[in-house]
Amino acid sequence: MKPEELKYAKSHEWIKLGDEAVVGVSDYAQHEMGDVVFVELPKVGQKAEKEKQCAVVESVKSAFDILSPVSGTITAVNEAVAADPALLNQSPLDEGWLFKIKPENPADAETLLTWEQYQVFIKQA
Amino acid sequence: MYLPHTEKDKEEMLKAIGVSSFEDLVKQIPSKFLNPEYNLPEGLDEVQAARHIQKLSEKNRKTLNFLGAGAYERYIPAAINALISRGEFLTAYTPYQAESSQGTLQTIYEYQSCMCALYGMDCSNASMYDGATSLAEAARAAVRITGKKKIIYSAAINPQYLKVMKTYFAQSEEYEFIACPLEDGKVTLASLDKVLDERAACFILQTPNFFGLIEDGEAIGKAVKEKGIIFIVSADPASLGMLKTPGEMGADFATGEGQSLGLPLSYGGPYLGIFTCAKPLVRQMPGRIVGMTTDKDGKRGFVLTLQAREQHIRRDKASSNICSNEALCALSATIYATLLGPSGLKELAEANAGAAAAAAEKLTKIPGIKKTFSGNFFNEFVITLPCDADKLREKILEKENIDIGLPLKTLFPEMGNALLVCATETKTEEDIDRLAKAVKENL
Amino acid sequence: MIDNRLSIEKSVPGRRGITFKNSLRAKAAIPAALCRKEAPLLPEMSEFDAVRHFTKLSSLNFSVDTHFYPLGSCTMKYNPRFNEEVSALKGFTAVHPLAKDSAAQGTLEMLYDLSSRLTELTGMDGITLQPAAGAHGEFTGLITAKAYFRAHGETERVEVIVPDSAHGTNPATASMAGFSTVNIASEPDGRLSLTKLKEKLGPKTAVVMLTVPNTLGIFESRIEEIAKAVHEAGALLYMDGANFNALIGLVKPGEIGVDLMHLNMHKTFSTPHGGGGPGAGAIAAKKHLLPHLPMPLVKKDNGKYFCDYGDSRSSGQVKSFFGNTGVLVKAYAYLLTHSAKETGDIARMAILNANYVLAKLKDMYPCYSKEYCMHECVLTPGHDMIEKGLKTLDIAKGLLDKGFHAPTVYFPLIVHEALMIEPTETESKETLDEFIKAMREIHDEGIADPDSLKAAPLRQAVKRLDEVQAARKPNIRWQA
Repeated sequence: MKPEELKYAKSHEWIKLGDEAVVGVSDYAQHEMGDVVFVELPKVGQKAEKEKQCAVVESVKSAFDILSPVSGTITAVNEAVAADPALLNQSPLDEGWLFKIKPENPADAETLLTWEQYQVFIKQA
Repeated sequence: MYLPHTEKDKEEMLKAIGVSSFEDLVKQIPSKFLNPEYNLPEGLDEVQAARHIQKLSEKNRKTLNFLGAGAYERYIPAAINALISRGEFLTAYTPYQAESSQGTLQTIYEYQSCMCALYGMDCSNASMYDGATSLAEAARAAVRITGKKKIIYSAAINPQYLKVMKTYFAQSEEYEFIACPLEDGKVTLASLDKVLDERAACFILQTPNFFGLIEDGEAIGKAVKEKGIIFIVSADPASLGMLKTPGEMGADFATGEGQSLGLPLSYGGPYLGIFTCAKPLVRQMPGRIVGMTTDKDGKRGFVLTLQAREQHIRRDKASSNICSNEALCALSATIYATLLGPSGLKELAEANAGAAAAAAEKLTKIPGIKKTFSGNFFNEFVITLPCDADKLREKILEKENIDIGLPLKTLFPEMGNALLVCATETKTEEDIDRLAKAVKENL
Repeated sequence: MIDNRLSIEKSVPGRRGITFKNSLRAKAAIPAALCRKEAPLLPEMSEFDAVRHFTKLSSLNFSVDTHFYPLGSCTMKYNPRFNEEVSALKGFTAVHPLAKDSAAQGTLEMLYDLSSRLTELTGMDGITLQPAAGAHGEFTGLITAKAYFRAHGETERVEVIVPDSAHGTNPATASMAGFSTVNIASEPDGRLSLTKLKEKLGPKTAVVMLTVPNTLGIFESRIEEIAKAVHEAGALLYMDGANFNALIGLVKPGEIGVDLMHLNMHKTFSTPHGGGGPGAGAIAAKKHLLPHLPMPLVKKDNGKYFCDYGDSRSSGQVKSFFGNTGVLVKAYAYLLTHSAKETGDIARMAILNANYVLAKLKDMYPCYSKEYCMHECVLTPGHDMIEKGLKTLDIAKGLLDKGFHAPTVYFPLIVHEALMIEPTETESKETLDEFIKAMREIHDEGIADPDSLKAAPLRQAVKRLDEVQAARKPNIRWQA
């Protein structure tokens, strides 16, 4: 996926919007996390709430809560990244995606950042 | 005493710091709180202290002991104390700096391996405080995994374990604890059927159970797993050189009291909480885990691993708050398992089962004494006396210096004059004859 | 070449360390259906094989006996051998925990006397010795608080306030005891802000957990006002006593407004750390909390000692039987050999040693705080080192090669690149001077040749280990 086509949350998740949106972790964030050793994914069918924890990514000495950028129902999870967490470091925007979600509230997307806004945001951080 | 500072040292150090007196260093403490009055006795020198403590230790009565009920008299091989007293093990701490802690790390890896082998399980942590807290943590893990708040347990688990478990759930009324009734002292498929339901997070079985009886763990495990309930087994490791393993029973979590592996009774601790689980649950384990890896040159080495579950990283989301565990006790158990090996552990189990069988045989020959339950038992068993068990225990303790076992009336009022008697590998035919004679003469 | 073979790799079928020839073995009659199918995969070694195996492994460890071990917040002081010897007395080790009180008078008297001494040192009204470690003590403290509020009908108190400088065990304990954690950011000087505390205090607050001195080695000077605010809100003040080595014989927490606190026998009271336990904890409490402590407590009546099992107001039982009695004997032996003044000297010399190290290093390793410290100080690598890409981890590993255990690193979390140094009172000035020299050399050598410090350690049993591989593909036991 091209980073410019994605939206971003301030908690560093990216989302490819659509009927079935795809969520992952930004390249900047995977870099900050360091080597990912474990990914805990939500269950398919589970409800996720905007800005609430729905997955966990662990490095050797840290754990990061992954927040859902929108509210909705989880429709798929990336078993490949659970089996090989290194994918999240190697390919955060493609093979390292985390879960798919059916958004329930279109307004949720309004507060998300564009690629350009996110670039500014991470520079400030 | 243990302070090296001379007056000259102190002066030089204060000068280097740039203050004229110690008081200048503690100005952040409001002065009214500094140097309060203490009502403490004078300090003793080592000679005086040794005499004082020796006297205290002699005030404990040395008895011929047939008490078990969760803590067992064991012979401790001499090599164990020699090895665990080595300062390099004794005075190190949690192996935070792996490169300079390979000794501790490798022994923990070996400990984990030994426990997995004994329990027939895939994974073990580096230890918990004791058998009770291990079981409580397993129940907490089951609740965390399933999101369910109902805990079903065999009515024959150690009553202390039940108490600790309820405390570990902060005595909260949110959680429902249901006892599975017993038939002839054991869980049966029929009794299990009365309580098992899908709303339960877990079922807890202890084998050998509190009454010493060996449960049919395999059949029970099958019934539990069919309902999709997490199966937790608490087992005495000293029995596992011979008896069926929790792994063979299909346990998801298996725990135990490691005191059985060559630790002294010491009035309740330090003991060793064994905590093992099936592979998919590895990240649900509380506490430290050691893993094998390689160093920069590709050489084998050991590190603390899967740390992101733990309190120092996860803080309020950690799987447990445990930090210090019972590492030296785990080392002791590892050395014990290494010295005994598979055949020694089998002999140990046989010596226990044999001593208890002999004691049961001798005691039940005494007119008026009956075995309370009919099932197979390991190293303890229950008998029903024709008189008050507490009074008999007291009498024989005073007259003969023998502790005949634990009267069960306080814990299980419906059991009347029942007595839980234990005999381990430390008991000989002569000891058992003494017990039988004392009981017979004092009934 | 270091032999790092596992015991199982040295195993030879048929070798034995111990055998059991007890004739009663023949009486064992357990049906085969109840027995395991395969023997466990355990090593087969002679006793000598095993002794050499474990002795060699021990030599790969740093320990207090062999190395200066300034691990902050862990109080790695000398562990007197006297304590070890008396705790191993048969009279103590042979007592079964369910022995009748009349058969355990010596142990009970020891526990009673230890309780009295610890109660006096903390300035509290009573104590339980049941917890097995510090974190277990914290848990005991919080469930005691919970039982207290339950008994007073104040079940709406569900929050525990914890400063961000606290040990991870504090928030973890709060969750375990069924509370939610409210965090408070520390002030720039590392202390707790009274204003921020008052904002968070309210009818939902159950307990405020405070480490005194805090993890930056600083005393909460406004402790009196803090305690007052906590009590006015109807909450309890809990003191994490992990750092009691700075206060023993110098300050009574009971007098500064603490309601309940834990002690670590393996820190302040000199019992050995054992590679990660066993420790022993204790919870000392004020009068209003005593009925809610876990039971049993040891009491005395008519010259006889007995276990009191309390009543329904108790918070329950946190471990089997009594507590880690074998460890408690060691702490008792330690206290026996100290008068009131001598206990005060423990804290005084611990504070002196920490300030000496601070004074000699702060020009090179900036200290987070500008004040004198209590028993430990938190340093950081300076700009000159950071510019060379050197981190706290590199300093820690460099120390190992110079023969010193590393301080606690990356804690407290509020200090970037923290190095938390706690020398303890039992180290001599010469040892501190050697440590200071090593720290200064690491700085200079690191600036001159950053890459070789980044590669440290080079002189240990292993070099830096691949923790990523260890966590991604856990190998946590041997297999056939």
